[in-house]
Amino acid sequence: MANQQVNQGKRRFLIAATTAVGGAAAVAVAVPFVISMMPSERAKAAGAPVEQDISKIEPGSMITVEWRGKPVWIVSLTPEMASLLAKHNDKLSDPMLDVVTQQPDYCKNTTRSIRPNLVVMVGICTHLGCSPSPKLQAGSDMGADWPGGFYCPCHGSKFDLTGRVFKGSPAPINLEVPRYKYLSDTLLLIGQDDKGVA
Amino acid sequence: MEKYLTGLLGWVDERFPLTANWKAHLSEYYAPKNFNFWYYFGSLAMLVLVLQIVTGIFLTMHYKPDAELAFASVEYIMRDVSWGWLIRYMHSTGSSMFFVVVYLHMLRGMLYGSYRNPRELLWLFGVGIFLCLMGEAFFGYLLPWGQMSYWGAQVIINLFTSIPFIGPDISLWVRGDYTVSDATLNRFFAFHVAALPLVLLGLVAAHIIALHEVGSNNPDGVEIKKLKDPKTHIPLDGIPFHPYYTVKDIVGVAVFLIVFSAILFFAPEMGGYFLEANNFIPADSLKTPPHIAPVWYFTPYYSILRAVPPILNSQFPGVAAMGLSVMVFALLPWLDRSPVKSIRYRGNQYKVWLALFVISFLVLGYLGTEPTNVWGQFSGSWAEHLDIKERATWAARLFTLVYFLFFVLMPWYSKIDKTKPVPERVTG
Amino acid sequence: MKKLILMLSLLVPLAVLANEGAALEHAPINPNNQASLQRGAKVFVNYCLNCHSAAYMRYNRLADIGLTEAQIKANLLFAAEKVGEPMTVAMNKKDAKDWFGVPPPDLSVEARARGADWLYTYLRGFYRDDTRPTGWNNTVFDKVGMPHILWQLQGQQILKVEEKLDAHGEKAEMHTLVLDKPGLLSPAEYDGVVADLVNYLVFMGEPAKNQRLHLGLVVLLFLGLFYVIAFYLKKEFWKDVH
Repeated sequence: MANQQVNQGKRRFLIAATTAVGGAAAVAVAVPFVISMMPSERAKAAGAPVEQDISKIEPGSMITVEWRGKPVWIVSLTPEMASLLAKHNDKLSDPMLDVVTQQPDYCKNTTRSIRPNLVVMVGICTHLGCSPSPKLQAGSDMGADWPGGFYCPCHGSKFDLTGRVFKGSPAPINLEVPRYKYLSDTLLLIGQDDKGVA
Repeated sequence: MEKYLTGLLGWVDERFPLTANWKAHLSEYYAPKNFNFWYYFGSLAMLVLVLQIVTGIFLTMHYKPDAELAFASVEYIMRDVSWGWLIRYMHSTGSSMFFVVVYLHMLRGMLYGSYRNPRELLWLFGVGIFLCLMGEAFFGYLLPWGQMSYWGAQVIINLFTSIPFIGPDISLWVRGDYTVSDATLNRFFAFHVAALPLVLLGLVAAHIIALHEVGSNNPDGVEIKKLKDPKTHIPLDGIPFHPYYTVKDIVGVAVFLIVFSAILFFAPEMGGYFLEANNFIPADSLKTPPHIAPVWYFTPYYSILRAVPPILNSQFPGVAAMGLSVMVFALLPWLDRSPVKSIRYRGNQYKVWLALFVISFLVLGYLGTEPTNVWGQFSGSWAEHLDIKERATWAARLFTLVYFLFFVLMPWYSKIDKTKPVPERVTG
Repeated sequence: MKKLILMLSLLVPLAVLANEGAALEHAPINPNNQASLQRGAKVFVNYCLNCHSAAYMRYNRLADIGLTEAQIKANLLFAAEKVGEPMTVAMNKKDAKDWFGVPPPDLSVEARARGADWLYTYLRGFYRDDTRPTGWNNTVFDKVGMPHILWQLQGQQILKVEEKLDAHGEKAEMHTLVLDKPGLLSPAEYDGVVADLVNYLVFMGEPAKNQRLHLGLVVLLFLGLFYVIAFYLKKEFWKDVH
């Protein structure tokens, strides 16, 4: 059978080389399969940024726009509504917007928005995903202390007019503000900002 | 670290025959040391099976088995799904390569008598795998819902209608509708994605278990278990499968992947033989393409089907001949009466007949890709008299006859063949 | 074994006897010529997209032939609003059937079904035929339902039928296309436009083709390396056996 000494060093090297190259090949083949599960062009097209005309939103009211299958609220604040915002910080779980994942950095301000009179947020409760009902009027059936905002009927979470969550709500964090930008004074682009598509 | 791994292995071995199976089937499974080129195709077939299953699963994530959506979903995969085109071409190339590998694997069996005692059951499992593979390919081909998919399925299912008495009912039952339709597509999807792959995996496992029970044959047809080392009881001409054949099969895999990748990346359509041009037209139940042909790997059998003329106004003889041409493989272990297994020690009779068989298979295959007028017509009154003038049809009939004679006459010619003495030890 | 291979190799010439269809002219296209592809895209959107859809082709895929999103939006986005949308057509199937007898087919993969040469010959093979409802017929696709959309560019051809003696001395009909009324472009210019369009149709049939070819090279080189290493590994271990 064997008529020479087995060169163990050579064998180890060749086994190592084959394993290394073969392993690299296996990883290289796996990559396209894994990436194929990412959103396809069709999903990306359906989730493309949405343009919305905001010229017709009356101050004190809101509209709902669909983006990536989610409701996005665009709320026009009256100066009165805006003035009430800083007064109930002690009742909020995260008044200073410390959870930075919930808004883009250009919305880390008192109105959580690019321009102070218009707030954009995703209308999905951060508890378990229901869509809260708008209660924009101060007081009314929400009680005298209610500054205006949103009430989630599923488990009772409450959010103010900029989407900040009230203490005592099952929802842990503020409503998400999506990335957006102004294409003009009357045209919003939701889902894209100067850094690119969300 | 090694101590922990050894400990872990011990824990597993107390509960599961891991090391025992590793030894029995790999490190202490003794295979003949003279395996040649023909012996790569078994492990390659397993590789292609894994490839088809993995790519198939990823295709199923995006494919829609609905007559309105299927064609579009394939283009969705080709364009909108990241790397979808690669996964699709892997699956289509793999499907043709599966047949290349399996045909060569079967030919090996015929060259070296690997179907002979005690490997008859191994061979029968193989015939079962081949039948399932043909079914798997047939069901899978409908899924893209192109013109060729649709009309190929229509023609083949209509063949069942010719079965006496029960034919039309069987066709209705297979189709789930009065014509090939969405109902047919959906159930073919179920067969292709779930049912047949499971059966295939089971048969492959049985195939390998049967092989390991008796041990592999080899190019000399010598039974290596007859001569064992008196102390170790290891066959004198045997070498452990691992590491010697694992390492050799890796080379085989490398070569196969080079061929496979060359096709996939540079000629995935293979001139219209792997991906047919007509299949880029969505299925249209009202318009038959001028020239329907099955995919290349079915064409020998299609030729046989076309070659047999209608008898007593029934197409059934052709259908029966086609079915028989596949099933007859199962009889090989009992048709072969030669005292020797391998072609190396057989006489000229077997060599000539096997060569004729292979040539017939190839010519029939070619003829099946073409319309029957591809070689023109005979002129002359004798052809007029017989009502069929096409040269290609007569050639197909001739080669169909030769194909069957290879099997039918084998009990005779294998017996009278002048064989050479078989050595005790393998020759390499 | 060697005899077998020798015998089998004798069968190769038989494959050449395969059936030949109508004579098709070779399409002079270069898939790497982005300028040609872009011109072709423009022709396609301006002329073809009115009746034919290309429902599997998204506008933003045109980036693969060197167009920016802005260029696509400015020059090509008539039938859709967003650049991620597919090239669908406004005409509904029922109207199409009423007007043309058969709805104009989707052209996304037409180049893969017909081939570049067929398309090139077809688009240059229209001729006037007053027996047809559209007034047009085609040398490649007899009695086609499609009118000659590009007639203003090519002009009007007629089919000249002559009886001639063929090589065997028997009477045969020869069909030639003759330019009866010139169009806006010279024949050479028109051929160039058609070549661009066919080039684009081929691209549209398989946008990933370039990526496929490039990756193929890398993969084969890598596998070559793997083969060499695997070969030496096998040889080393098999020293034990020999």
